[in-house]
Amino acid sequence: MNGYQRFFHGSTKVCIDVGALPMSLDTKADLFRLRLRPWTEKITDQSFRLLATVLASLVGLILAAILLTVLAGSRTAMATFGLGFLTTSNWNPVTNEYGAFTAIYGTLATSLLSLLIAVPLGVGTAIFLTENFIPSKARQIIGMMVELLAAIPSVVLGLWAIFVMEPFLRPLLNSLHATLGWLPFFSTEPEGPGIAPAILILVVMILPIITAIARDSLSQVPTELRQAAYGIGTSRWGAIFQVILPAAISGIAGGVMLSLGRAMGETMAVTMIIGNSNNFSLSLLAPGNTIASMLANQFGEADGSQVSSLMYAAFVLMLLTLVVNVLAQWVVRRLSLRYT
Amino acid sequence: MNTSMNPSSRPQSTNHNPETCLSLQNVSISYGNGKNVAVNNVFMEIPKGKVTAFIGPSGCGKSTVLRALNRMNDLIEGCGLKGRVLFDGQDLYDKRVDPVEVRRRIGMVFQKPNPFPKSIYENIAFGARINGYQGDMDELVESSLRKAALWDEAKDKLKESGFSLSGGQQQRLCIARTIAVEPEVILMDEPCSALDPISTLKIEETMHELKKTFTIVIVTHNMQQATRVSDLTGFFNVTDLVDYEGKVGCLEEFGETERIFNSPAQQATQDYVSGRFG
Ligand SMILES: Nc1ncnc2c1ncn2[C@@H]1O[C@H](COP(=O)(O)OP(=O)(O)OP(=O)(O)O)[C@@H](O)[C@H]1O
Ligand SMILES: [Mg+2]
Repeated sequence: MNGYQRFFHGSTKVCIDVGALPMSLDTKADLFRLRLRPWTEKITDQSFRLLATVLASLVGLILAAILLTVLAGSRTAMATFGLGFLTTSNWNPVTNEYGAFTAIYGTLATSLLSLLIAVPLGVGTAIFLTENFIPSKARQIIGMMVELLAAIPSVVLGLWAIFVMEPFLRPLLNSLHATLGWLPFFSTEPEGPGIAPAILILVVMILPIITAIARDSLSQVPTELRQAAYGIGTSRWGAIFQVILPAAISGIAGGVMLSLGRAMGETMAVTMIIGNSNNFSLSLLAPGNTIASMLANQFGEADGSQVSSLMYAAFVLMLLTLVVNVLAQWVVRRLSLRYT
Repeated sequence: MNTSMNPSSRPQSTNHNPETCLSLQNVSISYGNGKNVAVNNVFMEIPKGKVTAFIGPSGCGKSTVLRALNRMNDLIEGCGLKGRVLFDGQDLYDKRVDPVEVRRRIGMVFQKPNPFPKSIYENIAFGARINGYQGDMDELVESSLRKAALWDEAKDKLKESGFSLSGGQQQRLCIARTIAVEPEVILMDEPCSALDPISTLKIEETMHELKKTFTIVIVTHNMQQATRVSDLTGFFNVTDLVDYEGKVGCLEEFGETERIFNSPAQQATQDYVSGRFG
């Protein structure tokens, strides 16, 4: 076997023994064509490409299939209730009247309010964990605990919420009702499960997401930028709020939107603590419902037009998350245009 | 506001020379909580209104010493300093001294241009604003850009992002930004290392201009640049210590640039400036 043949058949090791090249390879073009691959390698490449294409299109197909089947399932409900479904809050399987307003209100209230609490907390924690306020050992430990928080199964959190958190918070919620009871949002007496405890458990669930993503985006702010800020006599707060946070804002906004999606769709823990009531009340202290918890609660014994109504509600939930995602991408693009 | 930097309340060191701007007294700096000593026993008197250059082989601690002059090292975890750094006789590492105020009075231009992700105008206005500048901002922006020799190139695109400038222009923008907060000293860490000869010359001209109002300390690997811009030169070198394993930086020789380059007292300096190093 001469050098030429060895080159042809050795697929991994490329060695060109110029001296041993036969005379037919005298042009440059031939030299570049030298590294011919064995047919096995070609087949592998091609089949891998095929497999990847199939799998990738499968993702789109599955998404479309889910959307279409849910839409098809909700056709009867859509025909019967129309858009009124979104604004009425009857949910009566006996008379077959359905309206999802309570659940939509619950979904929006729990997810937005939990975000309102979790964003400052999470971003604040992330700042604390990236700017060296405390020794790096302590920061690592706290960071690890935040990540562990994300690993708690939601059913465990729900259980904890019912038996520990809610009784513990009852006095606080009571005093909220006593002092701010004139506001419609606190107008009912807390009696156990309700929207407020659901909001708090959602905070616990999305806090690690926001913190982790904000921490990553903050730590990716280049050192040079920090130095630039401090180098002209910016105080630490000035540097954080006027230079570092703006530079990380698009990543943080992405994380916030991700957790909003999570909060809207979260089912288990919310179902366990929200009270699952379809009687509409503005009050956050009263039991309520979210679309997700309603679906989880009712699919078992539902039939006929109730199934169709549940499908309709599911479709609304999907639309909501879709809107959130589109909004998120728009926000991220706007913010990153401004700062990079 | 920290007032300990006011001249009236400044505790004077015993024999403070009014010509001296920054004085390093037996300064040793270490990283990793004292594990790695970067420079050892540096004594140095940096005079006012002059350009002082730091030269020396890579890793000998020039940047480390430079950053110690405006407490930029505070931002590096585990970096510690022994000895004293006096600015107009005031110990910069005194407990009562606010590092933020130190950095406002002793500005810094970095090796890599690092404009803020803001407009050219904002890049300059930002520092002035946070330092409580009350005057006409447009005027300040223009005069700072003029001093940094960037006005002609940037005057038509003040609203554009700082990143829309070339590397050399960005570096001059960073100089303008530093000038705008009106420090007393400007520290420059290899400000021309990423620039072409023309931008380099422009920045050197800028330095000649700035020298009239500021004290300048510059780190450079370019011998010609050191001879062109500086009045004094400090040559840093790495040595072995008796009771420490590994190389440690030290100040080998410090004096008039003229003398350091033509008739240095140390053989190592002679070797380095004539390119016979290592
Ligand atoms: N942030 C840091 N953390 C730990 N060690 C550092 C850090 N910065 C510098 N050092 C160490 O301190 C020593 C001096 O580094 P320094 O950056 O001051 O050298 P220099 O003279 O500026 O070199 P160069 O000419 O390459 O810029 C080096 O041994 C380096 O490893
Ligand atoms: Mg350096």
